[in-house]
Amino acid sequence: MSIGQAFLGLLESHPRHGYDLKRAYDERFGQDRPLHYGQVYATLSRLLKNGLVEVDSIEPGEGPERKCYAITAAGVTDVERWLANPEKPDLYLQNTLYTKVVIALLTGRGAAEILDTQRAEHLRLMRDLTRRKTDGDLADQLICDYGLFHLEADLRWLELTAARLDELTREVRS
Amino acid sequence: MNGTTTPLLAGTGLRKTYGATPALVDATICVRAGEVLAVMGPSGSGKSTLLHCLAGIVAPDAGRIVYDGRELTAMSDRERSALRRREFGFVFQFGQLVPELTCLENVALPLRLDGLKRREAERRAAGWLDRLEVADVADKRPGEVSGGQGQRVAVARALVHQPRVVFADEPTGALDSLNGERVMRLLTRATREAGAAVVLVTHETRVAAYSDREIVVRDGTSHDAELVA
Ligand SMILES: Nc1ncnc2c1ncn2[C@@H]1O[C@H](COP(=O)(O)OP(=O)(O)OP(=O)(O)O)[C@@H](O)[C@H]1O
Ligand SMILES: [Mg+2]
Repeated sequence: MSIGQAFLGLLESHPRHGYDLKRAYDERFGQDRPLHYGQVYATLSRLLKNGLVEVDSIEPGEGPERKCYAITAAGVTDVERWLANPEKPDLYLQNTLYTKVVIALLTGRGAAEILDTQRAEHLRLMRDLTRRKTDGDLADQLICDYGLFHLEADLRWLELTAARLDELTREVRS
Repeated sequence: MNGTTTPLLAGTGLRKTYGATPALVDATICVRAGEVLAVMGPSGSGKSTLLHCLAGIVAPDAGRIVYDGRELTAMSDRERSALRRREFGFVFQFGQLVPELTCLENVALPLRLDGLKRREAERRAAGWLDRLEVADVADKRPGEVSGGQGQRVAVARALVHQPRVVFADEPTGALDSLNGERVMRLLTRATREAGAAVVLVTHETRVAAYSDREIVVRDGTSHDAELVA
């Protein structure tokens, strides 16, 4: 997750203190994983060093939380470039499930149970996300759907692999 | 779900063969009152056949089906169809509404067939259309509404007589994801409020995620962990 660019985007409308940025970030993007203050200030000092933000004002007192940060022109350009460039799609070619299946077959164990156990676990998480989505607002729906579609893709792979298990067993053990 | 309450509907050792095709080999399944049960599995594995057996539409060659303490497999055809009309509701992929009737009349139909006066039947039907968020299509015919709206009308019709079990076979199969999700959200909300059980056949995992529990059918065989006492 590009915390730096998200910070810049949040700073574009108006300057904010570090704790205010953290709160805005956690509220919109943090979901189950709020930022640590360490992350917040490490990110801000990197942005500061690269000239993408500047200190707008400092309140009297001690500690990093007195500073209020503002985006610079270079910062705005950076956000624009980040938004305009597509993310590199994940390749998903390294995968523990495939490794488990092959190791199970190589060692003469059954792989069907592994696949069944995994599908039940995936479906359990999908139920949780579905419940959260049903009770939530549009932001919750979009975030949960992102997770649900990815879990669904895993499940389709599990189903297809289960259907090809005999073939795979012959290939792996030959 | 805990294992202490007896299931509302249970099928054990079900077998069904069509000519030389074994559709069900040894299927076991149960659903508790108010539970949403997903029936999953590959195409041709026997999901629809299992649903038809449980609902008393198809008679299995072997096995037992018990509904609320009564053995479905031992009932006369008349008893079984009366049970289906009064206590079961059905939603299929498509083609279940009467094209000549308006949506309101379609939803009122199960009540009319049960002898309820037109006014009262339509009053209740209107309430269900409202709950399924399709009150605005009440006076249209099925041919004049979208697939998603039609499917929500079909759900209203399946629920209007307050069945204790709703059988749904790929209820979202003909819909895009957004409309499919809407049907699932409204269907499960309505059945949960009414305390009705749902047997939901689907091969879509995102649809199955609206269930409380799932069983998987493979090559005509299913095991239900809840029934292994
Ligand atoms: N009325 C019928 N006459 C003959 N064969 C049938 C009949 N109904 C089902 N079958 C066969 O029984 C098997 C199981 O069919 P069923 O419709 O129950 O599968 P399904 O799991 O619902 O599949 P799908 O996901 O494609 O709907 C299939 O081989 C099918 O061809
Ligand atoms: Mg089917």
